[in-house]
Amino acid sequence: MAKTVVEASHAVAEAVKLCKVEVCPMYPITPSTHIPETISEFVADGELKSAMINVESEHSAASAVVGAAAAGSRTFTATSSQGLALMFEILPITSGMRLPTVMAVANRALSAPISIWNDHSDAVSARDQGWIQLWVESSQEALDSVIQGYKISEDRKVQLPVMVCFDGFTLTHVFEPVDIPSQQKVDSFLPKFRASHVLDPKKPLTMGPIGFPNSFMHFKEQQQEAMINSIDVIKKANKEFGTAFGRKYGSGLVDLYKMGDAEYAVMGMGTLCGTARVAVDKLRKQGKKAGLIKLRSLRPFPKKELQSAIKNLNALAVIDRHISLGQEGPLFTDVRSAVYCNDITINSYIAGLGGRDITIKHFEKAFADLEAGKQKGEWLF
Amino acid sequence: MVVLNKASAPKGKGRDIKGLPYEEYFASGHRACAGCGEALMVRHIVKAAGPNSIAVMSTGCMEVVSTPYPQTAWKIPWIHGAFENNSAIASGIDAALKMQGRREGTNLLVFGGDGASFDIGFGALSGAIERGHKFTYVCTDNEAYMNTGVQRSGATPFLASTTTSPAGKAVHGKQEPKKPLPLIVASHGLRYVATASASNIYDLHAKVKKALATDHTSFIHAYSVCPVGWHSKSDSAITLSKLAVQTRVFPMYEIENGILKFTQKVEREKATPVLEYLKLQGRFKHLSEVEVKQIQEYVDARYEFLLGIEGKKAFDVLY
Ligand SMILES: Cc1ncc(C[n+]2csc(CCOP(=O)(O)OP(=O)(O)O)c2C)c(N)n1
Ligand SMILES: [Mg+2]
Repeated sequence: MAKTVVEASHAVAEAVKLCKVEVCPMYPITPSTHIPETISEFVADGELKSAMINVESEHSAASAVVGAAAAGSRTFTATSSQGLALMFEILPITSGMRLPTVMAVANRALSAPISIWNDHSDAVSARDQGWIQLWVESSQEALDSVIQGYKISEDRKVQLPVMVCFDGFTLTHVFEPVDIPSQQKVDSFLPKFRASHVLDPKKPLTMGPIGFPNSFMHFKEQQQEAMINSIDVIKKANKEFGTAFGRKYGSGLVDLYKMGDAEYAVMGMGTLCGTARVAVDKLRKQGKKAGLIKLRSLRPFPKKELQSAIKNLNALAVIDRHISLGQEGPLFTDVRSAVYCNDITINSYIAGLGGRDITIKHFEKAFADLEAGKQKGEWLF
Repeated sequence: MVVLNKASAPKGKGRDIKGLPYEEYFASGHRACAGCGEALMVRHIVKAAGPNSIAVMSTGCMEVVSTPYPQTAWKIPWIHGAFENNSAIASGIDAALKMQGRREGTNLLVFGGDGASFDIGFGALSGAIERGHKFTYVCTDNEAYMNTGVQRSGATPFLASTTTSPAGKAVHGKQEPKKPLPLIVASHGLRYVATASASNIYDLHAKVKKALATDHTSFIHAYSVCPVGWHSKSDSAITLSKLAVQTRVFPMYEIENGILKFTQKVEREKATPVLEYLKLQGRFKHLSEVEVKQIQEYVDARYEFLLGIEGKKAFDVLY
């Protein structure tokens, strides 16, 4: 298949075009800006028939998504860092109103100090707001995950918004060969969006009412049910995508690398997994049984898959690109809670905050700690 | 006295002799306080808009009283998201309807309280106007954050007492003037801005119709009495609406294509003294004679300013 060398942000915009997104409310913020710029070009050139709404803030971008999705259109927006923080209020409103949409988050550190560079503090801080979060490693995966994202989000058993998280600069601005699938293939994979409930004077309904204590919890229970449902839907979307396009990403929830006979493994999300793969290969050449667990879906959190992935491990190192200040790496917390019955050493590493590089050396150190039986919780500078 | 029995009261389709439809789209049974002027305004505005309408509403009294899940007072499609984003939600709806080819013939009404419109949602409103979205924005102004317990807003009048601008021993109520929102909105260059109140329901209906016929954002500043927050009698909504106009506290006008025209002009000599308006409301009961005079001067100055620009192209039209 012919590949085109494009920037990851461009690949995401291509996916938006292929998904025939009808309404794109956008607001620029580094490092996500190339997405609205590219979509604007597509619209200006007539390649994409979409309403670009150049809103006056990210708060309004998220809100316009709510309005357009409630009116029955397929929607998309993108943001980073402070932009996601400004949207925060609208995140649980979107999911609470069960509005399907996809948002690309070009992950960037949160101020202060102000930093335009990558870490995972923006999206990880928003993980409890009812959005499915898919974390990607490559430009191809970014493009493919947007397409899969709509398939998952619009599934009637799910009807939850999806965030596709990809690392700022270390992925957003990277040029890689990407297979941009044909419109025909995408059309047959992703049917036209038919919303289950729409603002329409012919069939009036009330959206976003006040929920008193006698009803509120039921809404949350249903959202949790939908999240649990999404586990199978994510897997299915990934599998079907594999059949249609010839590539998939692990099970859709986790992607295991050389885990078959692994004794020691590292686990993380996003581009650091690419570096980890190289480190694993290097250690394998030295005869060490190293492996990688790439977490693709942070929410829903794939507990069962994780439990079976670590079954035969001696020890695991979890790399967090964010810290829950006053506690620990949030991914570490999630992992430990998922496998608390298993007798396994789990080390926690905080790394790559505010654009600090995560290198092969860091992984080698983590593996060396595991092998030496050192129980660690530390920062990798 | 003629007593109508229930069966003979006009209901359903049809109109009264002055042309107002009987049909209600904001149904009775909602939970607004007795004598709520804001609910009255909302009811008539949706009545004027008719069934082919979608309403967006910000967080506030009207949202809370009208949609206690699983009940709703809304007979037209209605959406609420948050406090400050009604204009942004409406922007999304406007764009989606256009893309789907169902924008024609559908009215988009956006409701916001004074808190939502003057303060927290002002940026979103300004942005939506600048982008040229087609909807009618209605600010139902009860001059404070009523839903949260009568806190001051940018719309609270000079010297009024609220829970965050209390009439204390050292400070006597709100020290700042009311933000001139309709004039600020008009300065965006749109084609239709109007003020309206329950003092003249027919005028309100006509203004809503004009606003909805505008091919761009239009704006209605809807004076809304809040007996609870203003500490007035629960049957004071109409009286105060009329007095607000007669005392020139709430000027009634339209700004069409940049030209301001009074829809009910009150000459200085014929105006009722503001005291008559103020003394019916507990939020002004702390005022001294000197302060009432200050308010009178303040009100007259604002009115004179409007008279000064009346009939002139005082606002540029950009859309
Ligand atoms: C972001 C945010 N801040 C504060 C609130 C609390 N709040 C809800 S309604 C309201 C006041 C509403 O005032 P207004 O818009 O004037 O409407 P009213 O209730 O007076 O009709 C406030 C402060 C909120 N819901 N959201
Ligand atoms: Mg108010």
